[in-house]
Amino acid sequence: MTVPLIEFQKVSKQFGEQVILKEADLCIYQGEVTTIIGKSGVGKSVLLKHIIGLMVPDAGEVLFNGQPLSSMNREQRRELKRKFSYMFQGTALFDSMTVLENIALPLRERSSLRDGDILQRVSKMMENLDLEGIEDKYPSQLSGGMKKRVALARALITEPETVLFDEPTTGLDPIRKNAVHSMISDYQKRFGFTGIVVSHEIPDVFYISQRIAMLDQGQIIFQGSPEEIQAVSDSSIQEFVQGLEAGHDMLTGMIPQTQGERRFYEEMARLQRYQTAFSVLLFSLENLDEINEAANHATGQRLLQDFSRALQERLRTSDVCCRYGLNKIIALLPNTNEHRARLTCEKLAREVHLADVTEVRPYPGFHFQVSAGFAEAQRNNPLEDILIRAESKRNAVCEFRIG
Amino acid sequence: MPSHQWVISPVAGLGRKAILMVQGLGRVTLFFIKGFVLIFAIPVQVSKIVHQVYFIGMKSVFVICLTAAFTGMVLGLQGYYTLVKFGSEGLLGAAVALSLIRELGPVMTAIMIIGRAGSALAAEIGIMRISEEIDALETMDIDSIRFLVSPRIAAALISFPLLTALFDVIGIFGGYLTGSCLLGINPGIYFSRVESSIAMGDIMGGGIKSIAFAVVVVTICCFQGYFTHTRKHGFGAKGVSLSTTSAVVLSCVLILVVDYVLTSFLL
Repeated sequence: MTVPLIEFQKVSKQFGEQVILKEADLCIYQGEVTTIIGKSGVGKSVLLKHIIGLMVPDAGEVLFNGQPLSSMNREQRRELKRKFSYMFQGTALFDSMTVLENIALPLRERSSLRDGDILQRVSKMMENLDLEGIEDKYPSQLSGGMKKRVALARALITEPETVLFDEPTTGLDPIRKNAVHSMISDYQKRFGFTGIVVSHEIPDVFYISQRIAMLDQGQIIFQGSPEEIQAVSDSSIQEFVQGLEAGHDMLTGMIPQTQGERRFYEEMARLQRYQTAFSVLLFSLENLDEINEAANHATGQRLLQDFSRALQERLRTSDVCCRYGLNKIIALLPNTNEHRARLTCEKLAREVHLADVTEVRPYPGFHFQVSAGFAEAQRNNPLEDILIRAESKRNAVCEFRIG
Repeated sequence: MPSHQWVISPVAGLGRKAILMVQGLGRVTLFFIKGFVLIFAIPVQVSKIVHQVYFIGMKSVFVICLTAAFTGMVLGLQGYYTLVKFGSEGLLGAAVALSLIRELGPVMTAIMIIGRAGSALAAEIGIMRISEEIDALETMDIDSIRFLVSPRIAAALISFPLLTALFDVIGIFGGYLTGSCLLGINPGIYFSRVESSIAMGDIMGGGIKSIAFAVVVVTICCFQGYFTHTRKHGFGAKGVSLSTTSAVVLSCVLILVVDYVLTSFLL
């Protein structure tokens, strides 16, 4: 059995009479993004602060790779702390330092890098987070969203093994919110860090998380995958998850994945009862990671937003588009057989031009590559099987390059 | 409550207060020792120390010069009208110089620095505490005491003796202004008395006092700011204002107490 990287064993914490954590148990595994969800003021930040050592439990243990934190000596704790990075909910930027000094601080204080190398890394990170041109500004001169991104840049600049994000996207606009999520996911894949995110952004965090933990009344009442939490029967968890789920994805204007799945089951029921054919189109944005890397994450999200708009404009009003993961979009086409789905796919590949997607070329040789597949739904076919068919070589005929 | 409790409770309460006071004193002392030792931690934070010397020392020069000049001038006036009654106005230079070097120089300098820089130290560190900046340093594995307190202690230890010396010199010239220029004492007599009356021990005593005051002021001000969050009602702007007030009041009171203790040992 895999030993969790971080494990809470019956951790309790109270401030005066107010009980925050009551024998909370939680496992966080290496290389995964775990998102902690829960109502406001339920103690999610307190939970994070126990991991980084800013708070000590009144009872219970926090274990790292099976070793209790309380049994570690000072050197071991310092060694552990060096592997962590923490992004504060209130940003905790140094007011008397410029943005550049804030981001460079952990490198200047902890690493032996030369100043030129530090500046290069800071510039790259600022570019990734769409923060160019504000190097010499002070935090008080920035908007709330910008401060969040500066705090994120500071947390990621040391390329830590474990990053704790306390509400990293609160107060950001849809493009930047998705850019931050995309960046967390991208960096997690690239550096393999363990991410622990406190967030209310449902369902967006489901796209980037491998595990979800829900904190309620001082205890972790659910731990499992995003799919498991959406399928769980507990009414309080369902109410919470559905209550936070927006009617439309703020970035693309499409319905979220769970609602898309619900529409799929409705169409499937219609198919089974009235034999009305329907098809599914799957659009995969093939080089979004490359665009994120070559330009920045905000550019990638802007392209996704514009492409989604262009797509919806060309589909029928009865067709339903939904975002399916970070770089996939599916469209449900009611009353459409496989042949017509193929024609629709080909029409889209012909009609969607670069001008619809972007007016600017973020870098020389820029192009936007989308592969589109189609599949007609069969009776009792789960969505996953249909998507596999849509992605198969036979059906994914419409790979188009915009640019 | 049993009858004997009425007797024991107030005594126990007094004991608790005393224990808390001793604990507090211990915490302040350990805070200073850690801050002082970490001044020498490699790499030495030279640029931060220089910056703090500029803030605590350089930026206080004007106010020190101003107060020193007027203190010296008042001493000159008061001393002249007192000494003239005994026909010994020629001793004015000695009176002004000794009062300044032994007592007024270190004490007045310390009090002026508390007002100008000490309150700012407490407020700055207090704001960093309530806005989680100090927590952020800890999460980055940056020792917050080394980062914030050590450069300030080093800067205070450098600045206080220098500013005290400046205060003494300007004060002596202030005494000369009133004594010689206004009231007609021969400048040669004034300065020869200054020179003949001051022994090395007086200068050393003033120096020791200024170093002791530097330790007291910077430790109290940094400590009050650093632990803003642990005090009662230590939240937000109110917490910072309480810390700043305590820092200034405690430092001023302790300066006078330490001055008395040191004087009684040095004389």
